[in-house]
Amino acid sequence: MAADTTPTGPIGDAQAIATQERSQLRIIASRFVRHRLAMASLVVLLLIMAFAFIGPLLWQWDHTVNRAIPSDAPPSLEHPFGTSRAGHDYMGQMMRATQQSLKVGIVVAIMVSGLGTLFGAIAGFYRGRVDAVIMRIVDILIIIPLLAVVLVLASQTTGTQWYHVALIIGAFGWLSTARVVRGLVLSLREQEFIEAARALGASDRRIIGRHIVPNAFGVIIVDATLVIAIAILVEAALSFIGFGITIPDTSLGILIQNAQTAVFVRPRLFYIPGVFLIAICLTINFIGDGLRDALDPKQLIARR
Amino acid sequence: MLAYAARRLLATIPILLASTFFTFVLVDLSGDPLADLVFAEPPVPEATIQARRELLYLDRSIPERYWLWLTGVGDTNDDIGLLQGKWGPSVRNLDIGEEVAARFWVTFRLVLIATLAGLALAVVTGVVSAVKQYSRTDNLLTFVGFLALAMPTFWLAALAKEFGVWLNLRIDRRVFRTFGAQSADYASLTGVERFLDVLSHITLPTVVLMLTGYAVISRFQRASMLEVLNSDYVRLARAKGLSNTTVMRKHALRTALIPVVTLSALTVSGALTGSLIIELIFRWRGLGIFFIEALTARDTYAIMGFIMLAGVIIVIANLIADLLYGVLDPRIRYGG
Repeated sequence: MAADTTPTGPIGDAQAIATQERSQLRIIASRFVRHRLAMASLVVLLLIMAFAFIGPLLWQWDHTVNRAIPSDAPPSLEHPFGTSRAGHDYMGQMMRATQQSLKVGIVVAIMVSGLGTLFGAIAGFYRGRVDAVIMRIVDILIIIPLLAVVLVLASQTTGTQWYHVALIIGAFGWLSTARVVRGLVLSLREQEFIEAARALGASDRRIIGRHIVPNAFGVIIVDATLVIAIAILVEAALSFIGFGITIPDTSLGILIQNAQTAVFVRPRLFYIPGVFLIAICLTINFIGDGLRDALDPKQLIARR
Repeated sequence: MLAYAARRLLATIPILLASTFFTFVLVDLSGDPLADLVFAEPPVPEATIQARRELLYLDRSIPERYWLWLTGVGDTNDDIGLLQGKWGPSVRNLDIGEEVAARFWVTFRLVLIATLAGLALAVVTGVVSAVKQYSRTDNLLTFVGFLALAMPTFWLAALAKEFGVWLNLRIDRRVFRTFGAQSADYASLTGVERFLDVLSHITLPTVVLMLTGYAVISRFQRASMLEVLNSDYVRLARAKGLSNTTVMRKHALRTALIPVVTLSALTVSGALTGSLIIELIFRWRGLGIFFIEALTARDTYAIMGFIMLAGVIIVIANLIADLLYGVLDPRIRYGG
C-alpha cells in the first residue's frame, strides 16, 4: 500500500510535515479497516444509530400510548417487537429509548473529552501551582463514586430530561480523563518538537492547541469511546432506579425496569432492551479497541 | 511502613473533608428537605415549618451546618456531630447511626467478597490470556471481558434473580434465595445453618457484582503481563535456565501485578455503586437501599452519612493499594 511505503522518520521542511500528517491519517484508517471486529462493530453501531435516529421518522408508531394499539400483543408484522400492556408499540419505544441512550452517550463524551482535555492539558503543561490546584480538585471529587454524585443531583431534579442526565454525568465524568491527559502532556511537553516550537516563538496557547493536543488526540479518542459506553450504562442505571429520564419519555433503563417483574410472562420486553444496551456498549468498546490498535505507534513500527 | 501508613492516612483527611463538604453543598443546593411541607395542601402553619427547620438545623448557613454535622459543637438537641458518633437528625425521624450500624455489615460483606473474588479471577484469567496470547482461550477470555464491560449491572442482576427462581422451581429445592440478605428466621438457626443461609443469599449477588470489577482488571492484567513477558529481564531469567514456574511466579507475575493494584482501589468504588443496584433488585436491607431511600426523602444527614462512609472505605482501599506497592515492588521503600 502506498501509505505504508511513505517514510515516517523526522522530516525538516514544512511541506513534508503536511504530507506526513495526511499519510499518517491514511495509515491509521487502513489499519482500522483491517481490524475486522472493529469494522463489524462499526457497521452494527451505525445500524443501531439508523434505527434510533432515522427509524422514528419512518415508523408509524412513536413511544407513547396509542388507543389504536392492542394491549399486550405478541410480535407481529404490525408490531415487530409486540406491544406493552399499557398499549405502547414496543418497536417505537425501543427506537426512542435507544435514541435517548445514544444522545446521552454522545453529549457526555463531548463534555468529558472537552473538560478533561482542557484541565488535563493545562495541569500537565503549566505544572507547579496550577497543576497542584487542578489535580487536588480531581483528587477531592474522585473520592465520591460517580453514580452517588449523579444520584444526589438527579434525584432532586424534577421532570428530568435526557439532557439533564447528560449534563450531570458530564459535569463529573471528566476526572479520570483529566488524569490521563495530564500524564500524557507531562511527557509530551519535554520532547524536542515542543522545544522547537517554543524556540520559534510560539505562544503557550498555540503550543497546547497545535502541538500537544493533536499528539494526545489518539488517547483522547479512545478514552471518549470508553466514556460513551460508561455514560450510557450510568444513564440506564439511573433511569432504572427511577431518578433518570422520566415517563412519558422513555429510556432503556425504564423499559427494563418495567419488564423486570414479568421476565417469565413477557420475556421479550426484558431481553430486547437488555440486548440493545449490551450491543451498543460492546460495539463501542470494540471500536475503541480497534482505534487503539490503529493509533498505537509501537504496532506501526512492528508492521512496517 | 506503619509510620508511612499513618502519614498517608493523615494526608487523606483534608481530601475527605473537602469532598464531603463539596457533597454537603451539592445536597443542600439540589433541594429543600422540607419542600413537601412548604407546599403542602392544606398549608402548614409557618411556625411549624420554622420549628422543623430549627430541629434539622436548616436555619443555619451551610459552612456552619457542615461544622455542626462534623463536630457537633454548638448543637441544640445533642443529636449531631459525627466525631461524637452522632449522625444528625433525620427528616423521617430515624436514628441514622442505628440504621447505618445495622446495615453496614450487610453491604460491606458483599462489596468485600465481590471485590476480592473479582480481582482473583481477573488476575488468573489475565495471566492465562497473556501466556497463551492469541490462542483460542485468549480470544474467548477477551470476549468475555468485553462482554462484562458492556454488561449493565442491573440487567444482569435481574437476570440472575430470575435464573435463581427458575432453578429453584426446576429442581424443587431452594438453592438460591433471591429476597433479602438472610432469611427471616435467621436468629433461630444454628451456626452451620446460618452459614448456609447466608451463602444461599449472597452467591448470586456476589457473582453479578464481581463481574463489574473483573471486566476492567482482567484487560489490564493481560496487557501488563504481556509487557513483562516481553521484557529483557524475563528473557534473561529464562536464559539463565530458571524453570518456567519460577520465572512466572517470582519474576513476571510480581511485576505485572503492580499496575493492577492501582486499579483495584477503583474497583472498590465500582463495587460500592454496583451494590446500590444489586441491593435494590435482591431487596437487601443494606446501605445502598438506605441511600436511595434517603435521596427520595431528601434526608440530608442520611445522604451525607452514606457519602462519608463510602469516602472512608475508598480512602482505605487506596491506602491498602499503596502499601501493596511496597510489597510487590522491591524498589519502593516506605520510611525515613
